[in-house]
Amino acid sequence: MIWKIGLFLLLSFVSIAGITFPIVENPVSWYQFPLIPGLEENAKIIFFHVPTAWLTVIAFLMSTIFSIKYLRKRNLDDDAKSYAAAQLGIIFCILATVTGAVWAKFAWGSFWSWDPRQTSIFALLLIYGAWFALRSAIEQEDKRAALSAVYSIIAFITVPFFIFVMPRIMAGLHPGSADDTNSGPVIDFKMNGNMQLIFFLSLIGFTILYFWMWKIGYRSLLLKEKINKQYIRG
Amino acid sequence: MKAYALFRKDLHSELRTRYAVNSLAMFIIVAISVILFSIGQEKINENLTAGLFWVVIFFSAMSGLARAFVSEEERGTALTLQLIAAPSTVFSGKLIFNIVLVFAMNTIISLLYAALFESFVIKNFPLFFTTFVLGNIGLAVSSTIIAAIIAKAGSKGTLYPVLSFPILLPLILTSVSLTLSSIDGTSFAESIFEIAIVACYDVIMISAAYMLFDFIWKD
Repeated sequence: MIWKIGLFLLLSFVSIAGITFPIVENPVSWYQFPLIPGLEENAKIIFFHVPTAWLTVIAFLMSTIFSIKYLRKRNLDDDAKSYAAAQLGIIFCILATVTGAVWAKFAWGSFWSWDPRQTSIFALLLIYGAWFALRSAIEQEDKRAALSAVYSIIAFITVPFFIFVMPRIMAGLHPGSADDTNSGPVIDFKMNGNMQLIFFLSLIGFTILYFWMWKIGYRSLLLKEKINKQYIRG
Repeated sequence: MKAYALFRKDLHSELRTRYAVNSLAMFIIVAISVILFSIGQEKINENLTAGLFWVVIFFSAMSGLARAFVSEEERGTALTLQLIAAPSTVFSGKLIFNIVLVFAMNTIISLLYAALFESFVIKNFPLFFTTFVLGNIGLAVSSTIIAAIIAKAGSKGTLYPVLSFPILLPLILTSVSLTLSSIDGTSFAESIFEIAIVACYDVIMISAAYMLFDFIWKD
């Protein structure tokens, strides 16, 4: 229970700090963020947009890991875990796409411009969509689990192409692209200590939130199955 | 050599009905004529030509390549195949058949494009040929493994392009840019990174497909 309150406080602090702390040219106090040329006030999205994109990939990774586990052990619980992870993944994927598009409107002037990053998040959205379409097409439980596990593994091995290769070879506008001279590679960007601290706190907070949601998700799936079985028997 | 025997069997049953070949040929003609009608007298640029080239290839592949496994399930011969051959052999046989089909299909599409589109003039032929070969292999491998999934999922026709597109997207995006480079006449050395990506894609997909086919094939 304590950690839930802690998580609530952490995420509240991150949200408030991320939105209200001012951006100034020469930060002196602990609550001031530095000015990054080319990003300015728009830089604040990093506290919310990056965690959602990060969790999209984490959810996908977990879904694939449990798919592999299912194929090895043939335990339907693993399939439920994989499904719960993918359900959260598509939510975070939509959030990352929408927050990114809104940010792009102010930073680049249009909601969508087929930047490599936008292309890759769109491809992830398509993969998730196709995965759910495949699951809904198969009635038989173990067959559905096996085929969707195979598909999620095949889809997952194409993800490195989208996340790491595409943005490096295509000219892009996203901070961290191959030809980005303004704000540099994403990790050593010109953030000062407190900005980095809040960024990493936000990442940690959102990741814990994700695992919590995932646990509730798969437990509810397992309970649903149990009730269904009882209903069929009785 | 059992894989080759399976390929021969597929080839014979294909030549007997000519279902895939006929429908593919008609599909290619229909798709290209729709594009030509919509272009009209306008002269389109190289960028669009390279993109449209791969659009036709993608949808033709989607209309023809699912047959390999769907026909086995339809005729009820999948169980016999499971008894007489190891899963990897079955996959090899189907893969060879699909590779041959893709190569035939894409050669026809390329020839039609060269004849009908003014802006489809290849300046760097070795680059185009490399793209063509590597792209076709990648296309055949991904479509074959997805076809196996589709066949087991009750051959839902509309699901095939939906499942294949995200898997094929890295291949198609890189191939489009490589085709554009070969139309522009960019040198081979400048495009080596893109060629490496397509080659990596082929290798990764072949190994993943062979590893995962067992799980799809055996119920």
